[in-house]
Amino acid sequence: MSDKPNTGTTRRGFLAASAATGSALVANAAHAQTPDPMITEVQEWASGLGVGVDDAPYGLPIRFESDVIRRNVEWLTADVISSINFTPIHALDGTITPQGCAFERHHSGAIELSKDDYRLMINGLVDTPLVFTYADLERFPRVTRTCFLECAANSGMEWAGAQLNGSQFTHGMIHNMEYTGVTLRTLLEEAGVQPIANWLFVEGADASSNGRSIPMEKALDDCMIAFKANGEALRMEHGYPVRLIVPGWEGNLWVKWLRRMEATDAPVESREETSKYTDTMANGTSRKFTWVMDAKSVVTAPSPQMPITHGHGPLVITGLAWSGRGAVTGVDVSTDGGKTWMPARLAAPGQDMALTRFYYDHNWQGEEMLLQSRATDSTGYVQPTKSQLRAVRGLNSVYHNNAIQTWWIKSNGEAENVEVS
Amino acid sequence: IYAQTFGLGRAALPEEIAAWNRDVRPDGVGLPAGSGDALTGEGVFEAKCAACHGDFAEGIGNWPKLAGGMGTLNRQDPLKTVGSYWPHLSTAWDYINRSMPFGAAQTLEPDEVYATLAYILYSNNLIEDDFVLSNENLASFELPNAGGFFMDDRDTTELAAFSQPACMENCKDSVEITMHATILDVTPNDTTDDGP
Repeated sequence: MSDKPNTGTTRRGFLAASAATGSALVANAAHAQTPDPMITEVQEWASGLGVGVDDAPYGLPIRFESDVIRRNVEWLTADVISSINFTPIHALDGTITPQGCAFERHHSGAIELSKDDYRLMINGLVDTPLVFTYADLERFPRVTRTCFLECAANSGMEWAGAQLNGSQFTHGMIHNMEYTGVTLRTLLEEAGVQPIANWLFVEGADASSNGRSIPMEKALDDCMIAFKANGEALRMEHGYPVRLIVPGWEGNLWVKWLRRMEATDAPVESREETSKYTDTMANGTSRKFTWVMDAKSVVTAPSPQMPITHGHGPLVITGLAWSGRGAVTGVDVSTDGGKTWMPARLAAPGQDMALTRFYYDHNWQGEEMLLQSRATDSTGYVQPTKSQLRAVRGLNSVYHNNAIQTWWIKSNGEAENVEVS
Repeated sequence: IYAQTFGLGRAALPEEIAAWNRDVRPDGVGLPAGSGDALTGEGVFEAKCAACHGDFAEGIGNWPKLAGGMGTLNRQDPLKTVGSYWPHLSTAWDYINRSMPFGAAQTLEPDEVYATLAYILYSNNLIEDDFVLSNENLASFELPNAGGFFMDDRDTTELAAFSQPACMENCKDSVEITMHATILDVTPNDTTDDGP
C-alpha cells in the first residue's frame, strides 16, 4: 500500500485523520457539546426538489458508492481480454451479488450475442440432435435457484504467501445470484440421451469456446441453463443470453454464451481441463477434474479495504461462507489467530451451494486482533488452514485454495493480509 | 424411456453439426484429414503466432510460453508448456484449431494447424524438423507428461483429516505473524492507480 499522504474522503484519509485525533469524530457523536447543523439547519434536500422519475430509466448506485466496483489487477494476466476482475465483497452485505459489480472472467472477451442470433445445439450420443432458438428455451418448464459461482483460481495468488491486500482481491472471484432457467435434464431428455453417454461436453459461442467435459450424472442431477439472474436477463459479461449453471463446481465449468452440448462416452480433455484447471502437487504430478469447490469463508469487514474507523466499542465482524459440498451449517470466528474460536451468527440458514452471511458482534477496545473465520458444511467438512492444505498439495496447485484467511487488525484499526504460524 | 418431451427445437442438420462439432479427443476422434511438418509450421508460426508466443514458442512478456520447462513440474516455479505439461497432442490441435490465433480464431486451415503444432513440438525438442504430423499419427504421439495426471483424490487424501470436529479452545500455544502482504506491495491502491 502507498504511504503517500491521502487527502479527500477515502477511507485511508479518514483513518489517518481520525487516528491523529484519537477517534474524535466518534467521541463527538456520542458526546455532542454543540448542536449539529445537519439537524439544526434546514438542508437543501429538505427544502428543494430531488430528481424526477424519468431521470434514470435504469439506475446506477449513488455516486457516494463509487468505490464499490469491480477491480482489475493488471500484473496478473497478459492483457485485459483473457483476464479476471474482482467483486467488491468487502463493501457488500447479505448474500446476493449486484450483477453490475459481479466479477468477470473471460478468455476471449465479453461477446455481444443477441437473442435473435442465439442457437443452442445438442448433439452426439442422442436419439435426435437438436437446435433450439432462444424463444424455444423460454417455453420449457422453468426452475429458479440461488448458487455461488467461484472461480477455481479464487485466492490462487495466495498459495505461496500473503500477497494481495484486501478481501476483494484475495476472495473476490465469486458472485452469488438467483438464477432462472431450464434444467439440463429437461433439455437432454428432449434430445434423448443414449445410455452409453456418460459425459457431456459443453462449449460457448465465443472464440475461446471454453469447452469442458462434465460427467452426465452431474448434468442430469442439478445443472441448468440460465437466462435470468437476480430477476433480469444475464449481463453481457456473464453470458447473455444463456449460460450454464453447475452448482457447487468450479466457475470455469459455468460456460457462458452456451452454444453446444455434446453427449459423449469419454471426456474431451480440452485445454481448460488439461493445461488449465489441473492442480499440480509438490511431486510434479497433477490432479485433474477437481470440480467441487470446498467449504470456504472470509471476513469481509473489517479487512484491509475496510479498516475500523469508528474507534472503540461495538464492532460488527461480518463475512461470507460457502461450500460446493452442501450447505454451510456453521462459521466460527477467531480474534487471536486460531487459538480460540467463537461461533458466529448466520444471517439465515445456509442453502446448498450458495453464499451464507455471518456476523460476530464484538466489543473492540483497540486490541490487536488476528481475525479468522472457519466454515463447516452439512457434510461435516471443516475449512482447513493453509498449512493443512500445503501439507497435502505443496505450493503450486494454483487452484482450489480454500484456506482460512487471517487479517491482522492493528490498534489504530488498520487491517493487513498476513499469514500466521 | 422418458416421461415427457415437449416437441421444442428442431432436428440439427448434418452441415450444422459439422460446423460446430469440432472438438478432438485424445483418441483422435474429431481430427480432419491433413498433415504438416515443422518447417512449414515455422512460417505459419512466424506470421501468425510469434508476435505473442515468440519466434521459438518461448513466449513474450506475460504471453504463454509454449516450449521449454522440461523437468520443472516439481520445482518451486514450474514452467508448464505443451512440451513439459500437456498430456495430449489432441488438446493442442483442438485448441489451436478452435481458439487461436488470439483475436482471429478459426482462421487456420487444418494443414496449417498440423504444421503449427509440429513446429511447437520441434521447439520443444520432441521431433526432428522433417517429422510430418498428420491425422494418422497424432493420437499415437505421446507427450512427456502424458502420465502426469490423476483423478481428483481429495475424498481419499483430504476429506477425513478435514472432517474432524473443530477445536474451539486452546487450539495452539502461540501465534506469530509469518508473512505480510504489504511487504510485497502489489495491490492496486485507489481506483485511479492500478499499478504495479
